[in-house]
Amino acid sequence: MPRALIKLPSTAKRGEIIEIKTLISHEMETGFRHSSTGAPIARDIITNFVATWNGEEIFSARLFPAIAANPFITFHTIATESGTIEFRWTGDNGYSASEQVKITVE
Amino acid sequence: MGATGRGRRPRRTHRVASRRDLLALLPAAAVGGLLPSLMVRPARATPAALKAAIAEVIGDAQLNVGRVKLEIPPLVENGNTVACAVKVESPMSATDYVKAIHVFNEKNPQPNVVSAKLGARAGRAAIATRIRLTDTQTVTAIAEMSDGSFWSHSVDVVITLGACLEDPL
Amino acid sequence: MSRAAHFRSALPRRCWRATLAAGVLAAAASMGAAPRAADIPLAERRSSYVDMSAATRAMQDDDAANPASLWVLDGETLWRAKPASGPACADCHGEATASMRGVAARYPAWDAKQKTAIDLEARINICRVEKQDATELPPESKDLLALTAYLARQSRGLAIAIADPRLDAVIAAGRQLFERRQGQLNLACANCHDDNWGRKLAGNVVPQAHPTGYPIYRLEWQTLGSLQRRLRNCLVGMRAESYAFGAPELIALETYLLWRARGMPIESPAVRP
Repeated sequence: MPRALIKLPSTAKRGEIIEIKTLISHEMETGFRHSSTGAPIARDIITNFVATWNGEEIFSARLFPAIAANPFITFHTIATESGTIEFRWTGDNGYSASEQVKITVE
Repeated sequence: MGATGRGRRPRRTHRVASRRDLLALLPAAAVGGLLPSLMVRPARATPAALKAAIAEVIGDAQLNVGRVKLEIPPLVENGNTVACAVKVESPMSATDYVKAIHVFNEKNPQPNVVSAKLGARAGRAAIATRIRLTDTQTVTAIAEMSDGSFWSHSVDVVITLGACLEDPL
Repeated sequence: MSRAAHFRSALPRRCWRATLAAGVLAAAASMGAAPRAADIPLAERRSSYVDMSAATRAMQDDDAANPASLWVLDGETLWRAKPASGPACADCHGEATASMRGVAARYPAWDAKQKTAIDLEARINICRVEKQDATELPPESKDLLALTAYLARQSRGLAIAIADPRLDAVIAAGRQLFERRQGQLNLACANCHDDNWGRKLAGNVVPQAHPTGYPIYRLEWQTLGSLQRRLRNCLVGMRAESYAFGAPELIALETYLLWRARGMPIESPAVRP
């Protein structure tokens, strides 16, 4: 099920700076909470986010428990050539998700 | 809750240590090195932890103020989700660009918030996300430049709490 | 034994003062006439959207930033997915963007079989059981929230239209629940939401409490939730006895509240603090 939402222009001019908005569903359990019986709730967060453009890394981020649930990350990049932008999220307990979006650059 | 009449509650046979008792122990404990284990460690980042986290990023370089704009509302309805944007003045050319943006907080259990790696390819050094803030505190954004310099901007954020607190579902 | 002395012996020291204060307040409040849930004229009805901070409003306004969009996307997938033995929603209803437009605006609706009002969540489950040969989705489950969000989204911008005369009795029952004092604080919903909307309670603006955006992404929950979830938590917050999901009291309250908000545009799925 697609639990990630990416917003970026479908077409761009070569050299244009575009904004990319990403949203992914994840509870981002901080690891600092306790259950009602006092037992600690283990940390379970997305720790890394990487975006690549035709395989070349254009942005990456290390996330900590202070990132709100359902992480929303926006950044900018220069449109170089048509192709595929891939987004990958990895985290605790072997979490891994990815999303690919095609873009046309004129 | 069962219906217990008055007088059925069992009497305590020993006195539970009061706060006064613990405080009286402090001088002896400090000498004996027992102090840390007696104090309940609150789940908060201490100013020292924040300094250490920043030092890990900037080393012993100087932290300049300026060029960075941390956009975060000064008054927030709910600390669970706080809009946070960082913009850095930089030509973002091949020789003069922002290498990374780091955000730190003062009072959460952990001082780091996010560390983003940029580069000339970014075109614009502007990122946004949503963060959690446990309490009214200062948030600091630090930009790491290609020339090895560090620039920062700090903002004080007031966290209000909903009037009608709910129990979890 | 005097009343004060009774409190002193039965409760921990720091509690009895607060309880006494609350008792005095409640006694003073009840000395006035019982509150009436006066109809707020349409021109004066306000969504709590206007009381939110700019950042929270921006989160709702931008679908790419609204976390509820994730549930809407999931709902769209579920709409098309075939359950094990039965048609997909899309097989009977086609494209939701067309067939479901306006549906959420007239829910809760009268169900002839059950002879009472049912909300959108109940309607989805009735369809699953009767038409798709599938099981009911549990309340507040991911899938049920996703489908509700997807359907509600199709009515965004449309005016809430609760006008079926068969709902009159349910609306009256809901109104009674809204207006009656209850719980440890002897507080009625109307005390805040009819009599004191717009004023501040501990730094927050008291809303008129129009459920124009459900299911909502509530920052307090850090997830999407239904109106029934909110109502259940409201009651706990008021220190009153809450109701189980699907209880007739909750349906009555839902129906009354949507009727009370009639004419206001739907914002679903909204973001709220």
